[in-house]
Amino acid sequence: MIKVQNLSKRFGQFQAVKDISFEVKPGELFAFLGPNGAGKTTTIKMLTTLLTPTSGSILIDGLDPAKNQNEVRSRFGIVFQDPSVDTELTAYENMELHGVLYGVPRKVRVERIELLMKLFELWDRKDQRMKIFSGGMRRRLEIARGFLHTPKILFLDEPTLGLDPQSRNQLWTHVKALNESEQVTVFLTTHYMDEAERVAQRIAVIDHGAIVALGSARELMDQTNTSSLEGAFLALTGSAIREEQAGSADQMRQFMRAWSNKR
Amino acid sequence: MKVIYILWLRALKHYVRSPAQIVASFGQPLLYLLALGFGLGPVFEKAGQGSYLQFLAPGVIAVTVLFSGAFSGIGLLWDRQFGFLKETLVAPVPRLHVMIGRTLGGATVATIQGLLVLILCVILGFRPGSLLATPVFLLVMVLIAVVCCAFGTVIGSRMQSMQAYPLVMNFVMLPLFFLSGALFPLQGLPGPLQAITTLNPLSYGVDGLRGSLIGVSHFGLTWDMGVLAAVAAVFLVLGAWSFSKIEL
Repeated sequence: MIKVQNLSKRFGQFQAVKDISFEVKPGELFAFLGPNGAGKTTTIKMLTTLLTPTSGSILIDGLDPAKNQNEVRSRFGIVFQDPSVDTELTAYENMELHGVLYGVPRKVRVERIELLMKLFELWDRKDQRMKIFSGGMRRRLEIARGFLHTPKILFLDEPTLGLDPQSRNQLWTHVKALNESEQVTVFLTTHYMDEAERVAQRIAVIDHGAIVALGSARELMDQTNTSSLEGAFLALTGSAIREEQAGSADQMRQFMRAWSNKR
Repeated sequence: MKVIYILWLRALKHYVRSPAQIVASFGQPLLYLLALGFGLGPVFEKAGQGSYLQFLAPGVIAVTVLFSGAFSGIGLLWDRQFGFLKETLVAPVPRLHVMIGRTLGGATVATIQGLLVLILCVILGFRPGSLLATPVFLLVMVLIAVVCCAFGTVIGSRMQSMQAYPLVMNFVMLPLFFLSGALFPLQGLPGPLQAITTLNPLSYGVDGLRGSLIGVSHFGLTWDMGVLAAVAAVFLVLGAWSFSKIEL
């Protein structure tokens, strides 16, 4: 479903992704783990046509994202690390806008919006504006939205960041259910090792832009002689804390936090 | 087409749903009309130029459309920071459609703002010449709105953060307004000022509004509309190009 060969991305002097290769099978739940700044988001951006690679090749369902941009885009859904809903619109309007953007025919759109919003327990509040929704509810809507156009692949970039254990649990239950019922391939990144261990069939560990290990949670533990995935992760990536430069998005996040505390 | 429509609709929903912002947007025009219109009125009249309010109102309407339009274009930054832009950029639609939808939405809102300020002017004592000119007036206003929205899109596509906001405000928007003939007649200006006002696209917008509303025009209505249409075309192309270059 996803085939990546010798993929690299360089920003000026900084090599964010170094010559990585991997493959994700159809219907697989594949986790991409790594410390902050390891290159996870950069890789996802390249896979989802938001960035062009410096070198190397990507095939999404047999298509090159650089050449067949729109065909590739209609084949995947994505939930970004940062929220991407329009908080001035209602939950239903957000879904509908997505459906129109992805050219889902009206009849199918109405049916699927209802189905997904019921599944993700959002139907009761469909006509409320998203700005009064909690972080967990917004996330649920984004994931429901990602499934709306029946994509072949769903990218989830740290979807559970900042959610309570209940919401995290429920979210993965739904994602797993849809992965099975609709045969969607899921490509996820997370910092919660327990999630990766529970959900993912295979895990790639990326550090300093390069893949350092790839296999099932069991295999990674055996490979590193550790008894938990967290132990394996630390053994593979070391315990030094990464210095990451704050971009404008981080600044905005801080600003948002300060702002919402004030009110 | 559907994509353009739904993004246009989104802009309108945003507008209608923030009544506080609509009320707040009257603050500035009201200030100009009261402080300048009534404050400088007697001087203007003594100079033999007639009613300053009559002269000023089209300028204030133009500046309303300018601010509203340009800031809706720059609103792109807001969508970028709060994430919604990504949702439209990974969708399987040409970016040009996204840009057109956004621009038309912003231009519609700016035009509505302009009309509301026109009503405000009338309440304060402004008297438009004839109702026959309404279509022309509307057309000029739409042209100004499109120019400003597309211009805002160019800026919004290139800026990375909100910090640049005050910079744009002080070094682009306010000069465009003050040096446009919105506040003073363009006849008999000193050379440099004359040159600047002639190069400022908003001068033609202000002049076009004045021409259609009170029948006084410096450049001539046809020329005003021609220049505005040409500038709109240039900014639309530039805006579409900048928008297509956005990387997240």
